[in-house]
Amino acid sequence: MTATETPVARRLQWMTARVTDVIDETPRVRRLVLEIPGWPGHKAGQHVDVRLTAEDGYQAQRSYSIAAAPKALQVTLTVERLSDGEVSSYLAGDLRVGDQFELRGPIGGYFVWTAALGGPLFLVAGGSGVVPLMAMLRHRAAAKSNVPATLLYSSRSGSDIIYRAELDRLAGQGDGLTVVHTLTRERPPGWSGPARRIDRAMLQSVGFAPDAKPRIFVCGPTPLVEAAASDLRDLGHAPQLIKTERFGPTGR
Amino acid sequence: MSEPPISRGFRGRGRGASSARVPPGQHLVTDFPVLSAGPTPEPDLKSWSFTIEDGASPIGEWSWQQFNALPQTEVTVDIHCVTTWSKLDTSWRGVSIDTLLEAAGLAEPPGPFVLAHCDGGYTTNVPSEDLVDGKAMVATHYDGEPLDPEHGGPARLLVPHLYFWKSAKWVRKLQFLDVDQPGFWEELGYHSYGDPWREQRYDGD
Repeated sequence: MTATETPVARRLQWMTARVTDVIDETPRVRRLVLEIPGWPGHKAGQHVDVRLTAEDGYQAQRSYSIAAAPKALQVTLTVERLSDGEVSSYLAGDLRVGDQFELRGPIGGYFVWTAALGGPLFLVAGGSGVVPLMAMLRHRAAAKSNVPATLLYSSRSGSDIIYRAELDRLAGQGDGLTVVHTLTRERPPGWSGPARRIDRAMLQSVGFAPDAKPRIFVCGPTPLVEAAASDLRDLGHAPQLIKTERFGPTGR
Repeated sequence: MSEPPISRGFRGRGRGASSARVPPGQHLVTDFPVLSAGPTPEPDLKSWSFTIEDGASPIGEWSWQQFNALPQTEVTVDIHCVTTWSKLDTSWRGVSIDTLLEAAGLAEPPGPFVLAHCDGGYTTNVPSEDLVDGKAMVATHYDGEPLDPEHGGPARLLVPHLYFWKSAKWVRKLQFLDVDQPGFWEELGYHSYGDPWREQRYDGD
């Protein structure tokens, strides 16, 4: 741990968030734009706990990564609708502009990147695991950081890529960001990028050499994270520089 | 505290017969999610050892073979992760902390607090009284099988009455201390004790 990873030093109060916009990112993924009076600010990579209350008082709680850059005017969450998801099927389904729910945060001081930490920055994402990594890239752009950064992002199909247009735009700014997509199930006609799961060879060819001591953040489903983190270690990256967040349908 | 806002249209379906066994804010799962902060260490059982320290002095050390020759304990318990999943009736086998202390020739813990140390640098703090009298073990088996590395194998601490981050994966050392010293997540704003029934998720809860 370093001094830049500040602990959460105060009581985390439940706050009321009001939905000011909902935007479909992909057929299964929705962006929630929130107005949260009293929001204390956050760092890229942190998450919030969301609590829903039914009319009879029943409550359900889950964690969601924050998608917005730290100094963004509004907090945004990106929620993937899971077929068995009690909370996600509501947030990415019935929820409408003007609705309210509770959240508290920001939470987590480990899976965090700030521009002051420097780079290179190697981000490895599977599916909606891209969300906290997107907060890091948005922060990098907002802070006008030009530390070399690479995002390796695995999606099922072209239409499942979250933030595709924004990633294209960020990667086109010529400030040292490279984005590599790999598609594991369906490829659009003419697809020239990688078309398989993330593996050791891909991590080696796309990522930075261990000598460059990149800060590595891996987020996605457990099998992807387990395999990628082990491969990165075996490629010679120091385990202390490999930070992971894992999730599954029930883990989040 | 004021009434929480109703989430319009949210009905929820987590109300269940087992709810008396599910702490507030938790929901049941049937799979076994994996959450760790870094890569899963590769176990090397030849060089593996388990150590108990009183402050900075080692007072007990066991090789993998010696550790597995200690009397075994089996428990079936419910576990509760701070990320809000709970899993009922999980079966574990390992060596209880009572047995480890006895094997080290100690009648009671040599200090009131413990900092558990793990491969990969993870630490977590637990009061000594929460580890003794059958409340905790160093588990080597889950559901009758050797514990998978991604779930903490070859050995993890099991303190099922506290949030599961206290049940440190890849545990190698219990350090008994006179003062409470926060561990990895506790330094990062998670609760120092972590009682799921009092919903002690974060500092100040």
